[in-house]
Amino acid sequence: MNGGNKRYTGNRFWLTACTLVFGLGLLVAMAPDFTGGKKPRELTPDDNPVIKKDSAASIKAFASVYKVLMSPRCMNCHPSGDVPLQGDDSHLHIMQPTRGKDGKGISAMKCANCHQPANTPGLHTPPGNPNWHLPPADMKMVFQGKTPRQLARQLVDPEQNGHKDLRKLLEHVNDTLVIAGWHPGEGRTTPPLPYAEFKKAWITWIENGAYAPKK
Amino acid sequence: MLMATVSCKINGKDQTLEVDPQMPLLWAIRDVARLKGTKYGCGVAQCGACVLHLNGEAVRSCVTRVTRAEGQKVVTIEGLSENNDHPLQVAWQEIDVPQCGYCHSGQIMSAAVLLRENPNPTDQDIDRAMGGNICRCGTYPRIRKAIHRAAEMLRSGGKRNGTDL
Repeated sequence: MNGGNKRYTGNRFWLTACTLVFGLGLLVAMAPDFTGGKKPRELTPDDNPVIKKDSAASIKAFASVYKVLMSPRCMNCHPSGDVPLQGDDSHLHIMQPTRGKDGKGISAMKCANCHQPANTPGLHTPPGNPNWHLPPADMKMVFQGKTPRQLARQLVDPEQNGHKDLRKLLEHVNDTLVIAGWHPGEGRTTPPLPYAEFKKAWITWIENGAYAPKK
Repeated sequence: MLMATVSCKINGKDQTLEVDPQMPLLWAIRDVARLKGTKYGCGVAQCGACVLHLNGEAVRSCVTRVTRAEGQKVVTIEGLSENNDHPLQVAWQEIDVPQCGYCHSGQIMSAAVLLRENPNPTDQDIDRAMGGNICRCGTYPRIRKAIHRAAEMLRSGGKRNGTDL
């Protein structure tokens, strides 16, 4: 019904669209260079963090991310059970404190009862952070036992990552509790990459599309 | 040495402590406030002998800097009740819990937080909450029994938990 009108409308649409595209292109070409030749600014949380889709670069970067997240300094607080892990061999935390609803422990066994706002001086004393905790009981964010694919998929799923969109996930690399992994206190190894390299890999992974490896 | 002034409420009384800001709260309580009920055990938050309440939480005072108590409420075993009649203290005596007694102020302070948050704990709740308090005499079965007894007293209208002092 009304095929002739449809064709006419379609032609007008394409004519208008082409004019607009040409006009916009001309405007962009004529626009002055406001950057003054400087390097492009760093991505901010207001930007869409995924700036290009490059699955190869993303997956390559995630290999570095995975190595760090599965190291004891990160994984020990992302256990598969409700008791945190401890030490470079990731044994169950002595005293067996438990997660509790909010991830901050229960009654006389709350994380902050021993874990102070800063590291306690001395060998193997409790490391510190003002917000020491495990993920909460309703979203355990388990790292222990996860394959790279499982972990990557979990990290980008707001239903499993603490309701973080990609922008918030990008910011998460600056969380003081994440950074604390590189300041673990005397007698503890640090993650296998320096923090700056980890941060770069994290950003590269997300900015290129936050792809999950095949396995 | 640079000294700091720490003002806090200890067992309901306003106190001002002139201390090294790096000093653990344990030593400020024992050596400056002269309250000797809180014990030194391991010094690295592993044994629970030094547990006291900081704003109602069972902190390990051996690793807690005194400056963390600035403007806060501290309750030690001496302040848990006015006449040593907190249900836990009564139950501890009734069941004759301690052997050497060294760890028991920490045990009672931890148990007080447990009962505040869970007035009807199961054996498993008790084990989970008290796992950080070590007793070298092995009085654990009596500790558990006394906590059940104190819970019973609290439920039947015994004195309320004194941690709000």
